[in-house]
Amino acid sequence: MDPLLLARVQFALTIAFHYIFPPLSIGLGVILVIMEGTYLATKNPLYHAMTRFWVKIFGLIFAIGVASGIVMEFQFGTNWASYSRFVGDVFGSALAAEGLFAFFLESGFLALLLFGWDRVSPRMHFFSTVMVSLGSIFSAVWIIVANSWQQTPAGHHLVETPAGVRAEVLSFTDVVLNPSTLDRLSHVLSAAFQTGAFLVISVSAYYLIRNRHAEFARASLKIGLWIALIASPLQLLTGHSSAIGVARNQPAKLAALEGHYRDGAPAAMSLFGWVNEREEKVEFSVAIPGMLSWMLYGDATRPVTGLTAFPPEDRPPVNLVFQTYHAMVAIGMTLIVLSLVGALCWLRGVLFEKRWLLWTFVFAVGLPQIANQLGWISAEVGRQPWIVYGLLRTSDGLSKVVGAGEMLTSLVLFALVYMLLFALFIYLLDHKIRTGPEEESHGLQGKAVLR
Amino acid sequence: MNLDLNTIWFLLVGTLLTGYALLDGFDLGVGALHLLVKKDEERRILLNSIGPVWDGNEVWLVTGGGALFAAFPHVYATVFSGFYMALMLLLVMLIFRAVAIEFRSKQPMTWWRQAWDVSFSAASLVSSLLLGVALGNIAGGVPLAADHEFAGTFFGLLDPYSLLVGVTTVALFMMHGAIYLVLKTEGALHERIRGWVNNTIIFFTICYVSTTMATLLYVPHMTDTIRAYPVFFGIAILNMLAIANIPREIHHGRDFRAFLSSCAAMASLMALFGIGMYPDIVWASNDAANSLTVYNAASSETTLGIMLVIAIIGVPLVLAYTTSIYWVFRGKVKLDRFSY
Repeated sequence: MDPLLLARVQFALTIAFHYIFPPLSIGLGVILVIMEGTYLATKNPLYHAMTRFWVKIFGLIFAIGVASGIVMEFQFGTNWASYSRFVGDVFGSALAAEGLFAFFLESGFLALLLFGWDRVSPRMHFFSTVMVSLGSIFSAVWIIVANSWQQTPAGHHLVETPAGVRAEVLSFTDVVLNPSTLDRLSHVLSAAFQTGAFLVISVSAYYLIRNRHAEFARASLKIGLWIALIASPLQLLTGHSSAIGVARNQPAKLAALEGHYRDGAPAAMSLFGWVNEREEKVEFSVAIPGMLSWMLYGDATRPVTGLTAFPPEDRPPVNLVFQTYHAMVAIGMTLIVLSLVGALCWLRGVLFEKRWLLWTFVFAVGLPQIANQLGWISAEVGRQPWIVYGLLRTSDGLSKVVGAGEMLTSLVLFALVYMLLFALFIYLLDHKIRTGPEEESHGLQGKAVLR
Repeated sequence: MNLDLNTIWFLLVGTLLTGYALLDGFDLGVGALHLLVKKDEERRILLNSIGPVWDGNEVWLVTGGGALFAAFPHVYATVFSGFYMALMLLLVMLIFRAVAIEFRSKQPMTWWRQAWDVSFSAASLVSSLLLGVALGNIAGGVPLAADHEFAGTFFGLLDPYSLLVGVTTVALFMMHGAIYLVLKTEGALHERIRGWVNNTIIFFTICYVSTTMATLLYVPHMTDTIRAYPVFFGIAILNMLAIANIPREIHHGRDFRAFLSSCAAMASLMALFGIGMYPDIVWASNDAANSLTVYNAASSETTLGIMLVIAIIGVPLVLAYTTSIYWVFRGKVKLDRFSY
């Protein structure tokens, strides 16, 4: 088998599995800050019980996130050694900074968050919650900096060294604030807030349907819905802003996102379709002519760079990028509608009675997760055939000394381990949700204060 | 030796890896000893002795890896791709270890707990062994091609010297872990573990003497620097005194000082390792000219400078909260409703 394909599949598998957990930690982290902050401000025991319950869920998510994250830190060196030699000067700093500024903060204060309830004052515990939440956000910042530099490299120059050509830092500020960092960071963070919010919404809706922990569930659902209401439209805005950036900085990717082949022509926007890569057209599509041109430049007749401007060896796989991108957008729109319907029912005072809505909420937990995965696939596959856009091809980044046999062994190993971990995660999460919050020890008589 | 940026980063990466050895060393050691206690409550005490801190301890390894990537990308690339299968095995072990700690006490079934106990202990043992074998290969040297790529094989990594260093690392972590447990336990369990300390010291001393002799006989390049600058022999003496001091402190019941002695012994061992290696980071056993050094494996001066600023800001913060967390969780382990 082809070692390049195996290495790519292994990277895709390990990052896709890992990426189930960080968005949950980031989103749930912010929700914990809100819950515990509300408890400190109001001394309402309901919010104490809520914080404690969600901290337990957070601990479980965090543990698997850490366990699967270690692999990511080392995989650049194991499978992508040539890439590591090429980018180490630039990319390594971001990873080291992530360790120093994010991981230590998160893991240190996580100890107080999980085990410190009786050892530190409530204020100190709240401070720890804030620090853990900040740590998880810092981690996103540095990893997005690193990944965005791969997408839109800046602040570097290419240097001939005895060990080959490599990228070296010219301006660290330009590396960190490369053209796509801010757009992508805001898009990823609001996705994480949605992911956390819909977990809380889903579990709360389940309790309401089962008529258990009703007061607890209502208060949790409201906080989740607030976050979803803020994050979902934000997701549309940051997505739009990202697309404009992609058009400017990665025209081949943008053309693939919309299946736009004809260079120099105004571009349509398809609602759906199937890209025929051989005949270079989108089939079965319903498209609004000129819409993409208008979205990008405010002018429906303005031409957009098409895929024909690039030789075939410089184009990404178009249909995969097209389909994942369109599915992500569709889910994003669905989440906006769901949040608005929730808000409307809340305003009318029927949020907790509409069983069909509660059931929809229960299953909606998977939507942001799927959208996260789809979004990353379109972003990363859309960057192909480059591992660093325009500078280094993916095929030139591979380790030279690792054979296909070794890669296949490790791939099978990780696939098995991750299947086991995922099954255990779901089993334990389900168990925790079924057990529910500790009612007897913290009488949940308190009334929700957030309306 | 001149204190340029490359040397400073050699010291900083060394410090991070030493921090990792001192901290994760004891929790890997606790894991290696885990199955020696049989009662569920006692196993929970062992787990909870490291409960709040093991995760942070492992961050030293992750950050050490990140710093190696940033400061010496060629070392990161050569070693990680060259030691491929060994590293994949280490990663799987670290994953199992992490989830075993987290999952074990989440269900009451005996089979569930026993399975995770065995996973935790086996993963701790194998992780320690693999880390030690890697260290042994770096010290003993590996074949490197002229373009810096690893030119050996997986089974070539399992030479007797590297395996000996691996076993020594297991012994060292077990001793370190046993002393840590003496600090964290009380009553009958405390007395029992106190007995283990002596056994682990004997085990470690045998390994230590063997490794020292093997190094002098088979890996003479590790002693070149000390021969050239005899002042460094002082660290070797300090190392032996620190080791000899451990049973003395344990005998007098000064457990915390025994732990500090053990830390000093580990730190001085790492220092001797660093002195032996410098200015090489990976010694090429086939042709010394192919070795990866602090100069030919490093990032640009610009990056090393930027990274130094990041380290100067970050390291004091890290030390501050690491110290506070250990302070908050000081003293004997008491199981409560938040424990594992």
